[in-house]
Formats: sequence, C-alpha cells, structure tokens
Amino acid sequence: MNKDAVKNLILRMADDELILAHRHSEWTGMGPILEEDIAFSSIAQDKLGHAQALYQILHDDFGMPAPDNEAFGRSESDFVCSQFVELPNGEYDFSLVRHYLFDAAEYLRYGMLSTSSYEPLAKLSRKVYGELKYHLFHAQTWIVQLGAEGTEESKARMQSALNEAWPYALGMFESTEDDAALSADGVFPGEAALQHAWMEMVSDTVAKAGLSLPQNAEAVLGGRKGYHTEHLKPLLEEMTEVYRIDPAAEW
Amino acid sequence: MTTETVLEALHTVKDPEIPTISLVDMGIITGVEVRSDHHVKVTMTPTFVGCPAIDVMRRDAEAAVRGLGIEHVEVEVNYDQPWNTNRLTEQGRAALLKHGLAPPEPYDEAVELQLEVLNNTACPYCGSHNTTLKSPFGPTLCRSLHYCHNCLQAFEGFKPV
Repeated sequence: MNKDAVKNLILRMADDELILAHRHSEWTGMGPILEEDIAFSSIAQDKLGHAQALYQILHDDFGMPAPDNEAFGRSESDFVCSQFVELPNGEYDFSLVRHYLFDAAEYLRYGMLSTSSYEPLAKLSRKVYGELKYHLFHAQTWIVQLGAEGTEESKARMQSALNEAWPYALGMFESTEDDAALSADGVFPGEAALQHAWMEMVSDTVAKAGLSLPQNAEAVLGGRKGYHTEHLKPLLEEMTEVYRIDPAAEW
Repeated sequence: MTTETVLEALHTVKDPEIPTISLVDMGIITGVEVRSDHHVKVTMTPTFVGCPAIDVMRRDAEAAVRGLGIEHVEVEVNYDQPWNTNRLTEQGRAALLKHGLAPPEPYDEAVELQLEVLNNTACPYCGSHNTTLKSPFGPTLCRSLHYCHNCLQAFEGFKPV
C-alpha cells in the first residue's frame, strides 16, 4: 500500500472538514431562523469531530503532529482543502447550496471509504457515514423547499447561488497524483469516480428542486496543491488566534 | 475481579448531557477486559464522532473502575464496534423517555436506515405518532426537534443512527 497517498488523501479530507466546520460555525447566533442556527452549528460540530478523528489517524499511524497542532499550527500554503470550503458564507442561500453540494460529495465519499482496504479509515467512515446522512437530509430538504416548493424569489436565489458555487464545487474533485495508487491499492476509487457518482445524485436533487445545472463550467482548481483564495488567510488568523497566543491553553 | 463487577461500576456513570442514562445502557461501552485483579481495560465508542462529552465520560469511567480498588485502568476510545442506536438497552430507552426524549425505534441493520422515520416519531409525553419533524438537529448532536399535533407540545427525540 502506498502510505503517502493514503496520508495525503486523509489530510485533504480533514482540511476540508475543518475549514467548512469553521465557516458553518460562523452561523452560530446568526441563522435566519433558530432551527437553522442550530442546524449549521450542529453540522459544524460534527465536521470538527470528523476533522479531529482524521487528524488523529494521521498522528497515530503516520507520525504527524497531534490534531490541535495540525489544525492550528500550519500556514495557509500547507492546507490542502478545496477552495470551495474557504469561500465566505455569503447569504444563507449560498451557504445552503454549498452545504448541499459538499455533503452530497461527503456522503458518497465516506460510503466508498467504508470498504476501504485501509482499515482505520474504513472503520471511521462506517461511523461518519451514518452522521452524514443527517447532513444530506437537512440540505436536500431545504434545497427542494426553497426551490420547487418555494417562492419565485427563493427559487431565483437558489439558482443564482448554485451558479456561483458550481465551478468551486467541481474543484473538490481536483485530481492528484495519488489517485492511481489509491485506486490500485483498494483504498479509494479516486476523485473522478466520486465526481461521477456525485453528479448523478446532484442532478437528481437539482431537478427535484426545479433548478438547472450550470453548463460548461470550468472547475476552480489549486486548493489541493496549496493554492488558495484570499479568504483562507483571514479565516486561519481568526481560527488560530488563541493557539498563537498560547499553544498549550486549555479552552 | 469479574467483568460483571466492572460493568456494575460503569452502570453508576451517567451521560453528562442526559443524566438519567448510564454509559452501559447507552451502549457506548464496547468491551471490558479484566487482565488481573489490578489491571482492567475498558473500551468505549462515542455516540457521535464529534461528541464533546466523550472526554468527560472517559474520565468518569476510569474513576469508577479505579473506585473498585484497581490500580491500572486503561480506557480506550475506538470505532471497532461503531455505536448505533440499536446498542441502547431497554433500560436505556426507558431512561431517555424519563428524560423527556423520544427513544429511537430499533431498526434492521441489514436495510439502510431511512430518515423518513423521523416524520412520525412517537411523542414522549402522550405516545401519539401524529407528529412532525421540525429539524433533524437539536440542542446536542444526538437530538432532533419535533412537534406533537395531539398534545400540542414541542419535544426532542434521540436520533436513530
């Protein structure tokens, strides 16, 4: 088994979870209605837990720093999250569409990883999969409710958010040189296979929501190689503020 | 020292977020290994991966076993036997109900769980199934929000996973 490829895959997944968890947590106290405030906060907490568990595998099995150090001790270019997760929350419509597109991919990704030949990740994925079901259920419900079952305004806003999010969403599946090894070793079928399954699932929900898929969009790439938008640096500065003052602080 | 004695001690440790239910009835204790009269290993698994109460529960479990006079207590948290709501004991379900939380119905693990079951969760106050899911997320990661059309009250459910 190509262990470096496994390590890189887990780091990409963990960074995505951590950064989107932080974005979702920005809705705490700000949600458009109480239930959505609670939902985004809960999803943030789940994702933070997933990130921590993934960093823990990297620590236990690959000798990487402990989860807190890995999360708070790296600079921007060390992060391999997709640019999609670092974009600001924008309005609720954009946050919701991103939540949907991301969690559809996550749900399928962890489903595939449940039978991974790399056992620590397979065990964690079987657990996380059950939790992601709730994330996806929440997002799907609202996409349809604000799309086909919504008002003209809500539907227009969902479509516009979808158009804006789409090129970045495609960037989640940026291929890497690890894909061939991961697939050959039975660790993970690869980003292209995931994107294919995702496209089927998303097309179905988008149609149910009475929305249309953006055509001819080009994926925004670079995140997996450490190239980020101007939004990641300020996010990290805020997220790591306490750690930078006192790395051993208990809080 | 026997496994039963250790489990009895663990029965006294409650979930800090739902103080009517013990760790054993919650189903999060996945193994007890008595290696000698001085050495016990307990294995636990969290209800949700991001559950912030797991560290408290881990410490409490360790203290309870140490209270039996065992010097060397190991507590390991892992996902070897992942938690799901079928791991709740009958006593555990009763304890949730007592806390005002609708207990999750047991389900067949061979069939993928459909979250539509949340739409008719039995009300913990009057037992009616004439209820609506208000949100799949509640005050803790393991709870959902519902409304009962029979007794006209909002209630919380323990999410089936």
